[in-house]
Amino acid sequence: MSDHSSSYEPSNGFTRWLDERLPIMRLMHGQFIDFPTPRNLNYLWTFGAILTFCLMVQIITGIILAMHYVPHGMHAWSSVEHIMRDVNWGDLIRYTHAVGASMFFLAAYIHMFRGLYYGSYKSPREILWILGVMIILCMIMTAFMGYSLVWGQMSFWAVTVITNLFTAIPVVGESITQWIWGGYSVGDPTLNRLLSLHYLFPFIIAALVGLHIWALHVVGSNNPVGVEAKTPKDSVSFFPFYVIKDGFAVIVFALLFAWFVFYAPNYLGHSDNFNEANPLQTPPHIVPEWYFLPFYAILRAIPDKLLGVIAMVAAICVLFVIPWLDTSKVRSTSYRPLYKPFFWLFVITCLALGYLGAKAPEGYYLLASQLFTAYYFIHFLVVMPLIGMIETPKQLPDSIAEDVLEDTSEAEKA
Amino acid sequence: MSSDNNDENRRDFLMVAAGSFTAVGGACALWPLIDQMNPDASAKALATVEVDLSPIKDGQAITIMWRGKPVFIRKRTADEIKEAKDVDVADLPDPQDDGDRVKNDEWLVLIGICTHLGCIPSGQKTGDNSGEYGGWFCPCHGSHYDTSGRIRKGPAPRNLEVPPYAFVTDTKIKIG
Repeated sequence: MSDHSSSYEPSNGFTRWLDERLPIMRLMHGQFIDFPTPRNLNYLWTFGAILTFCLMVQIITGIILAMHYVPHGMHAWSSVEHIMRDVNWGDLIRYTHAVGASMFFLAAYIHMFRGLYYGSYKSPREILWILGVMIILCMIMTAFMGYSLVWGQMSFWAVTVITNLFTAIPVVGESITQWIWGGYSVGDPTLNRLLSLHYLFPFIIAALVGLHIWALHVVGSNNPVGVEAKTPKDSVSFFPFYVIKDGFAVIVFALLFAWFVFYAPNYLGHSDNFNEANPLQTPPHIVPEWYFLPFYAILRAIPDKLLGVIAMVAAICVLFVIPWLDTSKVRSTSYRPLYKPFFWLFVITCLALGYLGAKAPEGYYLLASQLFTAYYFIHFLVVMPLIGMIETPKQLPDSIAEDVLEDTSEAEKA
Repeated sequence: MSSDNNDENRRDFLMVAAGSFTAVGGACALWPLIDQMNPDASAKALATVEVDLSPIKDGQAITIMWRGKPVFIRKRTADEIKEAKDVDVADLPDPQDDGDRVKNDEWLVLIGICTHLGCIPSGQKTGDNSGEYGGWFCPCHGSHYDTSGRIRKGPAPRNLEVPPYAFVTDTKIKIG
């Protein structure tokens, strides 16, 4: 895909001069104007653009918030209130940043399930997928650190619980935890380093996104049929077709985003975080933000500390190896009748774990989270390898064009 | 020929030596960058706290801060002491005799941090949920501690930690 010949023609003296010295316009033209893109992409393929939008919103609002925030145990909480009450437009900017984190994860999860459904992780897109998993890992760490900066009760105890996960490591766990804290408990030094890293990580994410797009543009986009584009008939140029489609999707997504910011900015938060951090009192019920609930449910499903931590980490890290766990020759689940119900069972499992993560880990809730945790891993480790071997997939169309054009001719007849 | 070989060996040696030297130097340069995150001098300096126990009545508990951590001090009633002593130690998740956890049967001194994930267990005030074993209950993930601060039920792996302390007088202790 990256080796297609460039159709870039510098339009004036300056761009000709620039092109001979730094062909950046040629690069952009090749990658974002006449880049050949499968003609059959549906709206699930617009989440890449939506996620880029989210990252930009977070970086811009975050840089502004850092101009007013004070990373000190005595002042952090009041500086956040200062942003909310005194800083011009501060409440709007902070709510956009806070809601933005939720919107970022919403879009990322849809993007990931899209990849899982259409087999976008399969050869030759393994590196592309792995870079994506690295991005979600960095997003998780960034969101966690950002939430802690508010220094409310839920922030403080979230940091306490999560940093204490490291004490589960045998022998060196205690020293590692104190190294992370910079003390003998979560305190001022901890808050300072959390801000430093929270500011750094978005730029690491941006760099990973650059690699992610690079890898995407080497192998080209997957598509709903899962057959590679072969002839020019299978593709259309990125501009104007997908620029317009992505742009439209970003606008629709921004409507949802704006609705939360203006009408329900605290809906996705937790009321305990309206209390300032108090190291002497644990809230009666500690819950993370909604986007961490499935992982939190997995952590608590296992009644052993170390194994619980291992399971939670493994729940994310197992994603790194699914390109090799899935044995199916066919990418798209639409053509996989046996796998399809299991895919939806997996989606239900993730939603159920999200629900259970917010409940107290007792009685039936605990039992249910154990069952769903079991299926979470069975899906990747047993279902994916096994079904690929025994399943007879549906007949794939010969090409993207054939699939799309067949559809239109049928539509015309009807 | 032989001089060529010698030359090659000399070059290999120089390569390996230069490489190892760079690696060692790099590691040495890295250490300050890592170690700066460890507890600093000001954190280490908060060494000891003295506590006057005379105002505490039977069955009452107080919480004080030591090194940024809460320390629970509880004056146990005769019933609570008996309960803690009567347990069959072999049945416990983290077997430890009550006698090894106190310096004076009446006074139980513990670091008030759940050994699971660092929450503060409830049970210090009357009316708090003190769990099924009458000691403490951690609301985060449901660990129950007994009247000796030992883990009895739930995900916590260890008993509540006993900080280093000493009786200065009969009614005064020094923690740390």
